[in-house]
Amino acid sequence: MKKVDRTVIERRIVFLILVLAVMLPMLFPLGLKTQSTPLTQKVYDLIESVPTGAPVILSFDYDPSVITEIQPMALALIEHAWKKGHKVIATAMWPQGPQMADRAFNEVKEKLAEQNPEAELPEYGKDYVNLGYKPGGLVTIQGMGRNMKAIFPSDITGKKYEEIPLLEKVRTLKDIRYVISLSAGDPGLRDWIMTAKGKFNVPVAGGTTAVSTPGFLPYVSDQDQLHGLLGGLKSAAEYELLMGYEGDASRGMNPQSVAHILILLLILFGNIRAARKRKADKLALEENNG
Amino acid sequence: MKKISLLFITILMGLFPLAIWANQPVFTAEDMPWDDGTAVLLKWNLDSKADSLSLQKADSLGVYHEFFNEFSTQGQHIESSLEIGGTYKYRLIAYNRAAGDSSVFTGSATTKAQWFDMNKLSLLILLGLVCGAILYYIYLGRKGKELFIRRISGLDSMDEAIGRATEKGKPILFVPGLSDLGDIQTIAALNILSPLAQKSAEYGTELLVPCRSSMVMSAARETVKEAYMQAGRPDAYREENIFYLSDDQFGFVAGVDGIMLREQPAANFFLGAFWAESLILTETGFGTGAIQTAGTGQPHQLPFFVVTCDYTLIGEELYAASAYISRDPQQLGSLKGHDFGKLLVIILVLVGVVTEILGWGWFKHFFEGGGG
Amino acid sequence: MKRNAPLVVAFIAGLVVLVGGFIPREPFPSIESTLIDWFMIISGFAILLGQASLLHLNITRVKEKMPNWPYYLAGLISFALMLIVGLLWGMEQTPGLLGQGDGIVKSLGAKPFDYLFTNAFIPLSATMFSLLAFYIASAAYRAFIIRTFESNLLMITAVIVMLGRTSFAQLLTGWIPDKLSFLRLPELTNFIMEYPNTAAQRAILISAALGIVGASLRIILGIERSYLGGGK
Repeated sequence: MKKVDRTVIERRIVFLILVLAVMLPMLFPLGLKTQSTPLTQKVYDLIESVPTGAPVILSFDYDPSVITEIQPMALALIEHAWKKGHKVIATAMWPQGPQMADRAFNEVKEKLAEQNPEAELPEYGKDYVNLGYKPGGLVTIQGMGRNMKAIFPSDITGKKYEEIPLLEKVRTLKDIRYVISLSAGDPGLRDWIMTAKGKFNVPVAGGTTAVSTPGFLPYVSDQDQLHGLLGGLKSAAEYELLMGYEGDASRGMNPQSVAHILILLLILFGNIRAARKRKADKLALEENNG
Repeated sequence: MKKISLLFITILMGLFPLAIWANQPVFTAEDMPWDDGTAVLLKWNLDSKADSLSLQKADSLGVYHEFFNEFSTQGQHIESSLEIGGTYKYRLIAYNRAAGDSSVFTGSATTKAQWFDMNKLSLLILLGLVCGAILYYIYLGRKGKELFIRRISGLDSMDEAIGRATEKGKPILFVPGLSDLGDIQTIAALNILSPLAQKSAEYGTELLVPCRSSMVMSAARETVKEAYMQAGRPDAYREENIFYLSDDQFGFVAGVDGIMLREQPAANFFLGAFWAESLILTETGFGTGAIQTAGTGQPHQLPFFVVTCDYTLIGEELYAASAYISRDPQQLGSLKGHDFGKLLVIILVLVGVVTEILGWGWFKHFFEGGGG
Repeated sequence: MKRNAPLVVAFIAGLVVLVGGFIPREPFPSIESTLIDWFMIISGFAILLGQASLLHLNITRVKEKMPNWPYYLAGLISFALMLIVGLLWGMEQTPGLLGQGDGIVKSLGAKPFDYLFTNAFIPLSATMFSLLAFYIASAAYRAFIIRTFESNLLMITAVIVMLGRTSFAQLLTGWIPDKLSFLRLPELTNFIMEYPNTAAQRAILISAALGIVGASLRIILGIERSYLGGGK
């Protein structure tokens, strides 16, 4: 029988403990609360500052793999934009983006209907539209800056651009009041910053996975190349907090926090072991020399 | 003395209308500066008592239609998507609803396309300096001047990695990032693929290149094919070893992980643009015990590569790799040009800090695109 | 000729786009629009090219019964299944060849494509991404070992940032008075991420950007041609 490497066994043990660390707080929530940070607040303020009726773009530049981190952001952002009366235009630079957008719109609508069955729900084509997927990334966004209709001749249902009431006054990207790209990689937020903000001066904010967040921090500068950034589940939870509800992200912060603590404990354990090994090596060396 | 006081009074009287004008409500319409001639810039400074406004444009019959009504006492609006060379008439009505009062202002502008975007003057100067330096050093390299380039261990180790794969009789895995061909990082990765493929052809080691984009696949096939031909082994080239897996980010990762676990490549190269998947790829490679070399221009993924890979190309090293490997004096010269660029940036940062401390805002303003 | 044609195309296209970046008037916007159209058309066809390559490769491997061929067969079946149900009944609001498929929607609760997307594709993709958590745990366990002064600093920073990004941060340091609020873990984390981290990221970004300028210039001038497969 092949002898299993010690490192492999160690990794498996680490994985097993992590499963427990994530699973247990999901079954028995700890009720931990998070608090808002300036970058999240900046995105919130951007949406708050735009008047009712303004056309805005939410770009769904991700696929189902990152749904746990990014979908809660999408839900909170859509709800916020609708509450402010913004006309939400969904675009996608990733092939599965339109499905993500549809799911998010439907979920928020269901939630709003549950909260108030009497309320008038946002209407497709009038209050929001899903323009679907376009390949090309940066080049596509440049094209949108010249003529939106040429890039998206119809929406995902096949309805022509000029027949959609919401898009009546939207000719180019310059007519958009803000763009928020929910981005898992390329094409995505970076392309929006470079083109929509850099070339057409449209305010751009973003939401990314936690591992990609540090890479976008340099853009949140005095020049507002990036008008706020939501990074990972924690920022999604912060946004939910600002919106005044506890959603998937807030609930997800319990296992995430415990997992972080576990990683810290593992680092501590790794260091103790390394120190003991160093000591043993030193003793062995002394014995050999002696 | 009398003359001086007379002069003083005259100046004061001259300034008086200006002072009144400064407090007067103003509305201006002008051609948007430095643009393609399709926009008009409308600016206003209203009476503090005003509480709402209506910005209107005249149609061909001279009838005004409202197109903007977001209120601010001091503000501006850019009307875009207009005809080049067209003359447009605007009207701004400022309301004071509390007093039941309103004021009307008019203005007109003719759009004009410009020959140069002055907002990009600073960019042009910087680009000119950096490109000039690069071209100068390329010229020096061509003339045969010896140029010192520091060692990049990640690239020096390429032979070691290929040698190990050959010894073990295992393939080499090369992932040219997850970006499309439009990303210069992907081109940089393909530039490294070329010498790598030549060496793998010489050693007779199998080279696997899974691609996320079909355009990258086509380019990679061409690169590897040419490299095998240059190595004199066109017979060893196998097109099916350079293949498309999936456009889906984690679908692609699952595919590459599967290849690593099944084929157990002895050397893995992850060069190009990577995002959240970087650690999943390299940690799997670490688990299989392969020699791993990674490189990306995405700074936020570098920590993951440093932890899990044997060698990492950091940022610019990825772009320099092709020149470094080829030792072509022209290409090496261009690397010297980068160093000049770095020096320039360091000087600009220092000057920027000093001018900001001294309160001279023009320097920062100029580089922010306020050239005009 | 075969070698020079792409170099000439790269030179002309590169130069036109570069000059067009500074000149806003015609004909540059039109040329740029045309290049955008061409790129998008090529991108569209490239998707087909990818699918064709995928099918060809998988069919060959299954036909020749190469090692692990059942995996390739599974890939082919999944590909065909999604394609067929998508074509027949469409997805979401988009109708397929057989219309909206009301009957099948009644029994499945969704269109077959959407059903598979929600119940197979999403969980599978999310599983792949969630591997990241496990790998981060095992990599962190190896990476943050104190050996030198620098590794010590690295570990202390990591501990602060990791704790600061949890909901425990507020519990642990919320008691610190407002005067010393900068010592609270979330504030410390924000500081580390916003200043030292961003400074380092910017340095790498700037030098990478210079690398891009150099590499682009080499490509436009035809000095760099290894991406075309050739050497000198």
